[in-house]
Amino acid sequence: MIAFVLRRFAQAVIVMLAVALVAFVMFRFMGDPITNLLGQDATVADRQAMMERLGLDRPMPVQYFDFISRAVQGDFGISYRMARPVSEVILERLPATLELAAVSGLMALLLGVSFGVYTALRRDGWLSHVIMTVSLIGVSLPTFLIGILLIWVFAVELGWLPSFGRGETIQIGWWRTGFLTESGLKSLILPAITLGLFQMTLIMRLVRSEMLEVLRTDYIRFARARGLSSRAINFGHALKNTLVPVITITGLQLGAIIAFAIITETVFQWPGVGLLFINAIKFVDVPVMSAYLLLIALIFVTINLIVDLLYYAVDPRLRVERPKAADTT
Amino acid sequence: MTEPLLQVRNLRVEFPTRHGTLVAVDDISFDIAKGEVLGVVGESGAGKSMTGSAIIGLIDPPGRIGGGEVLLEGRRIDNLPPSEMRKVRGRKIGMVFQDPLTSLNPLYTIGEQLIETIQTHMALSDSAARKRAIELLGEVGIPAPESRLNSYPHQYSGGMRQRVVIALALAADPALVIADEPTTALDVSVQAQIIALLKRTCAEHGAAVMLITHDMGVIAETADRVAVMYAGRIVEIGPVREVIKSARHPYTEGLMASIPSLSHEQDRLFQIDGSMPRLNAIPPGCAFHPRCPHVFARCREERPELVQSGASRAACWLHAGDRR
Ligand SMILES: Nc1ncnc2c1ncn2[C@@H]1O[C@H](COP(=O)(O)OP(=O)(O)OP(=O)(O)O)[C@@H](O)[C@H]1O
Ligand SMILES: [Mg+2]
Repeated sequence: MIAFVLRRFAQAVIVMLAVALVAFVMFRFMGDPITNLLGQDATVADRQAMMERLGLDRPMPVQYFDFISRAVQGDFGISYRMARPVSEVILERLPATLELAAVSGLMALLLGVSFGVYTALRRDGWLSHVIMTVSLIGVSLPTFLIGILLIWVFAVELGWLPSFGRGETIQIGWWRTGFLTESGLKSLILPAITLGLFQMTLIMRLVRSEMLEVLRTDYIRFARARGLSSRAINFGHALKNTLVPVITITGLQLGAIIAFAIITETVFQWPGVGLLFINAIKFVDVPVMSAYLLLIALIFVTINLIVDLLYYAVDPRLRVERPKAADTT
Repeated sequence: MTEPLLQVRNLRVEFPTRHGTLVAVDDISFDIAKGEVLGVVGESGAGKSMTGSAIIGLIDPPGRIGGGEVLLEGRRIDNLPPSEMRKVRGRKIGMVFQDPLTSLNPLYTIGEQLIETIQTHMALSDSAARKRAIELLGEVGIPAPESRLNSYPHQYSGGMRQRVVIALALAADPALVIADEPTTALDVSVQAQIIALLKRTCAEHGAAVMLITHDMGVIAETADRVAVMYAGRIVEIGPVREVIKSARHPYTEGLMASIPSLSHEQDRLFQIDGSMPRLNAIPPGCAFHPRCPHVFARCREERPELVQSGASRAACWLHAGDRR
């Protein structure tokens, strides 16, 4: 068990180092940091002095190491555009993205699994056909189009829900939440649906096909032959086996939700890190871009690690162990 | 005479397909008495498994029972509503499948699966069910059953798992156990032990056995009676000794001749040429006639019924006049 965790952890660290290298190269070579700080008409002497002050004249590996050690301490430099520490800006924007991702992730997971199980069990029911058809729309329409359609129907035509922003928020420590006000919750609905719809359909289709697969296995047949109730068979035996492979994909999907938030945040002008990143690209605000890259990578790697551990907890076959007694039959 | 435990009457299992209906089990009838071991043999595709599945009501769609009836203890069970049939499965009829490696749910411990089955059919407390589970594991020869209750299937070997499967089939003391090739997937060295165990434990629990197998040798040692199936029909059924010693149907004769341990008793040794017809090309008359060394005109036109011939019954025109 401990060896397994350590191995996975080491892999995660290696991935992070690789991403950090990309972020570093971007940070160091994309645009010209000196020009960005001093402006076009600085003298050569000024530039040289700045180079030395920032340590940009040192050998590359040293600079890379320096970049990493500062990143670990949460220091990603100063935003060119906002002239504030990048970590401060990101921390300010992170709660908005995390709240949005959590709501859409939860929605995608709960609805995806329920619909998946339902359509597998009632394969020929009319409701299953409706759900499958609608889900086809969910996977085939691009996210921004779904967002715009939702805005058009629910914000413009019906006027039920706001079309942009987070509504009123309340500050709790450094965390700014939209969960505690009515306008905050209302503002969350459309972006959350937009962001979660694709993942929901994906999870649903995955659960459905896995479940159909599991229902055909011998142990389900044997469970029937033992006279177990269909409830015990479907939800005890079949669903648990279905969820084993689903966990992996779902974990990756939750990571993807945070990464895809960029589009949704742009459509709904949601003040999260995704929107921050888009604006950073527009202004070639390289420190913000590389910090965002690292943040997304960290989230992916963490989720992956959790998924592996969960997998391990659910599936006894992964817990390597020798059969206790030698075969006596 | 007492009423048989199981009566199968004119059972028919069919698969509707685009090119017409395929008949996998064609109008078969037989009985199993209480505590009796009935062997069922036949080539691959003869309809042995389908017969077993039909009895326990587990034919996968689009397959269906196309006719006939199945009676258990005098009560019809082939047309029961699903909730009633569920009480028959496991409680009245237990089942042992071919592959113990895939018969057990990999995510639950042996104990959980046993206790769940016991509590589905018997109103027992958790501790009483647990006690029964340990007893059952002990009966099927799992050493240190108490500690092995918490093991997962992957921690058991194939032979051990089939013992667990037998324990599961017997968990609620059924009156009949259908064992569909219970040893085919096992290592040769453990096959005999598992068959002996199946026979002994079923006898102890008073359960009759329908033993489906390819292996005539196993039947010779285990069964009381044997039914020989060919192309969805029973071609011969009778006491094991009788069928082995003096097979009535030419197909049975061929089958016996192909078993080395039995064939030395035979003076006529012959090989059956050809193979069993596909379901969509079953010949008219006797399905065996294209391969039969004794074929004559009537075999090609009229389908023979099972008729008494000595202690056995055979479906062959050679014995049609043999009625007594
Ligand atoms: N889904 C299906 N559609 C059409 N025919 C089928 C289907 N399932 C089984 N059959 C046919 O039913 C017939 C009987 O099959 P069954 O499994 O009972 O044979 P068996 O005697 O048990 O053979 P084996 O020794 O290989 O287990 C076979 O000819 C098979 O092709
Ligand atoms: Mg079979």
